[in-house]
Amino acid sequence: MNDMNWLAVYPEIVLLTMACVVALVDLWVTDERRGPTYYLTQASLAIVAVMHLMRFEDGETVYAMQGMVVADPMGHLLGFFATVAVMVTLVYARPYAAVRDMLKGELFTLSMLSLLGISVMLSANNFLVIYLGLELMSLSLYALTAMRRDHLDSTEAAMKYFVLGALASGFLLYGLSMMYGATGSLDLPEVFKAIGTGQINKAVLVLGIVFVVAGLGFKLGAVPFHMWVPDVYQGAPTAVTLLIGGAPKLAAFAITIRLLVEGMLGLAVDWQQMLVVLSVGSMLVGNFAAIAQTNLKRMLAYSTIAQMGFMLLGLCSGVVGGNTLSAANAYSSAMFYVVSYVLTTLGTFGLIMLLSRQGFESEQIDDLKGLARRSPWYAAVMGIFMFSLAGIPPTVGFYAKLSVLQALISTNERGYLWLAVLAVVLSLIGAYYYLRLVKVMYFDEPTDTRAIESPGDVRALLSLNGAAVLVFGLLPGGLMALCAQAIVKALGS
Amino acid sequence: MGLLSLAIWLPIVCGAILLALGRDSNTGAVRWLALVAAVASFAVTLPLITGFDAGTASMQFVENLPWIERFNVHYHLGVDGLSMWFVPLTAFITVIVVVAAWEVIEDRVNQYMGAFLILSGIMVGVFSALDGLLFYVFFEATLIPMYIIIGVWGGPRRVYAAFKFFLYTLAGSLLMLVALIYLYYKSGGSFDILTWHRLPLAGPAQTLLFFAFFLAFAVKVPMWPVHTWLPDAHVEAPTGGSVVLAAIMLKLGAYGFLRFSLPITPDASREWAWFIIAISLVAVIYIGLVALVQQDMKKLVAYSSIAHMGFVTLGFFIFSELGVSGGLVQMISHGFVSGAMFLCIGVLYDRVHSREIASYGGVVNTMPKFAAFAVFFAMANSGLPGTSGFIGEWMVILGTVKAGFWLAFLAATALVFGAAYNLWMVKRVYFGAVANEDVKALVDIDAREFAMLAVLAIAALWMGVYPKPFTDVMHVSVTELLRHVAQSKLGS
Repeated sequence: MNDMNWLAVYPEIVLLTMACVVALVDLWVTDERRGPTYYLTQASLAIVAVMHLMRFEDGETVYAMQGMVVADPMGHLLGFFATVAVMVTLVYARPYAAVRDMLKGELFTLSMLSLLGISVMLSANNFLVIYLGLELMSLSLYALTAMRRDHLDSTEAAMKYFVLGALASGFLLYGLSMMYGATGSLDLPEVFKAIGTGQINKAVLVLGIVFVVAGLGFKLGAVPFHMWVPDVYQGAPTAVTLLIGGAPKLAAFAITIRLLVEGMLGLAVDWQQMLVVLSVGSMLVGNFAAIAQTNLKRMLAYSTIAQMGFMLLGLCSGVVGGNTLSAANAYSSAMFYVVSYVLTTLGTFGLIMLLSRQGFESEQIDDLKGLARRSPWYAAVMGIFMFSLAGIPPTVGFYAKLSVLQALISTNERGYLWLAVLAVVLSLIGAYYYLRLVKVMYFDEPTDTRAIESPGDVRALLSLNGAAVLVFGLLPGGLMALCAQAIVKALGS
Repeated sequence: MGLLSLAIWLPIVCGAILLALGRDSNTGAVRWLALVAAVASFAVTLPLITGFDAGTASMQFVENLPWIERFNVHYHLGVDGLSMWFVPLTAFITVIVVVAAWEVIEDRVNQYMGAFLILSGIMVGVFSALDGLLFYVFFEATLIPMYIIIGVWGGPRRVYAAFKFFLYTLAGSLLMLVALIYLYYKSGGSFDILTWHRLPLAGPAQTLLFFAFFLAFAVKVPMWPVHTWLPDAHVEAPTGGSVVLAAIMLKLGAYGFLRFSLPITPDASREWAWFIIAISLVAVIYIGLVALVQQDMKKLVAYSSIAHMGFVTLGFFIFSELGVSGGLVQMISHGFVSGAMFLCIGVLYDRVHSREIASYGGVVNTMPKFAAFAVFFAMANSGLPGTSGFIGEWMVILGTVKAGFWLAFLAATALVFGAAYNLWMVKRVYFGAVANEDVKALVDIDAREFAMLAVLAIAALWMGVYPKPFTDVMHVSVTELLRHVAQSKLGS
């Protein structure tokens, strides 16, 4: 545990090196053709993804950097998904960014750096490393949000994101410092052991946990720490919205697992109660507020809040009556939920970008009017995404909801059973606004009959994305097993 | 690949191909392809009828493959005497729907045909699934194509009707999902319906499960008072949508009672039978009266459907063989007759573009062939002896007499109301003098319309005169089901 073990952090090293290389290469590339930068970025990301996948297949848990970093199957699996998510985002974003004068070296470098931050968080084994990764990711995303300097909404969104994000980081850091004060260590396993002894002042621990959960709540966008989500989703350029709404959700899930489960499982009773409140609040506010939206991105922001609330339910049900038997089941269900959510979100925002043109943001729900007439194919793909978010079989979203619900019911506690019923009723309300989008696409007449132009790679990838949502809906077993395997390993170590 | 898999996936794959390849520029080819696909899907279900062994209550044509290993979910298919007839019925009605849409649907033909073919495959899946989660997936998946069908090709208030249909049904079935997961844990990690049948359950748990299932199936049937989505959906849906809704989709709910509620929660079923019987009787009597005053033909038939389905649930919950078999016969018969009723309204609507009874009068003068069919189906709908409508209602009433004379008396009033609303409609629409210019200009049905109505008329007559093939298939399974329900699952 006490050696450097550079091998374990190769994906991160490659990512960092290539981010610098891309930044340099971009100096020699003219503004019109960003080809070399783009392909270099994609190639590097592909290599990183493959490295993550190979490490995941090994299935080993390796500690590196003197125990500051842990490279375990969960980290690698999420790292793989996050890398792929960024790759997909960049494919979707390229035509969108090109006509908005955003296709610059910064887009690629900052995307890679935010991914590096995510990667660091995924494999952190130490409070400070988590914080470091978080800040690296967040700062890159703040800058990306503000990329359209002369655009009022973007600037405002960036400002809001930065101020609230900094506040959240402060919360988290404050909570972590309390944990450090109480347990005397920054390393997660040490903290875990210290809490396990039962000798620690409970009041300090619980106060620390409150701040940690608040910080995590910000990052997940859970109520009552959700204020930034709608504004940032709406204000940021859609390409950046996707960068914020995609891979970082995986990271937020991972640090929640690392901090709360791997570090503080002994205090599960306390943080589970807080998560239940966050979760129910998110589902209530998210689902009801989404109904009232006319702006598509804003509606999806509220939908995200609701979806994260549902995912949190999975995290709430790990420890029942001091018994951790159902922990693996509960956390892997939450992981499956977040992965399938990211898969669906990628496609949804990809389509929104596709429908946008030069000087026209396809942001209003009404902009989708009559999409089934303009392009039956894209309407069908978007329809699949909406049914998946609503949790209607046979799409992957249904199994995500199913696995979380079964985690709740498996606890065999009356309270959790009613929580499951509540979640189900609230997702019924959610179904309404997802259906409304299908209605707009299929039942309304188009106001804009121009044909939709799309580059071949975007068209192919979107189709693939839609197919994935459907195929994982027909055969979800494999993905579920992967998540279960990753979580079992993470809990075992 | 087994027969049932073929019956499920053949129409779905064909529908997907139509969706992907069809264009409005080659509607002719799309229609023929859809017809071939529908007929082929029907043809593959025929060996089910010929190969079915009526001597056993166990599942036949079973396929069992692991599907989601993490939750021990299986792709488990099979049919018994309760479900067998609905598989060919579904495929058969789909053929009729494709024929009925032939010249009528001109907009996005490939999507229309594709949606119905996919819907057909999914509904066959509901009837043949023996795994709880598989059942749920099929049950819910029916919502998507139907939502699109109502919303895209429907009438003026189609959006409202489509949303109401979707959200009502979803609201009902989501609690069933919680119930299914609960059973999964109670049974020690199994989604197998047949395992659940044998699972002992305590009283309170049974009651909760019973009502979770009740909500899902009652909305689908639909039973009073959660029926209000149906008249809206029927009125706004295109003809094909109404036919499938009435002929098949309502049966999914009734079938659910037989496959889930009765065998899994027998004690709660017996305890709460009075409740089901009561609201079934309300449906039969009150909804029958509501049908009487309808001005819109589709609404009238929609309300009559609810009343007829009240007979089905009544028959199921008196726990006698006559009652359950009668309910099943009524389900099949209603599939033929109500489907035909909606087709008849469709025939008139295509010509005059009105569903108001007041817009017609004396149709028999200009459309004699059509009027003959329409009157026949109205008779079948009111339960005239010799038609299929009579057999089911008669069996249910006979079974109810044993449960209580006054129950049977109340149920039998439905025959009076049924005759009243059907005959009154017939009188106002078809008989009398030619009412207006529209009716005067009507042209009688062509060969295509004649064929589809004739096939349904033959089916209704055949079932009315010689129902034995239908009841024979059910007999053993129904007896077994009743024997199972009679046993308590509480203490064992």
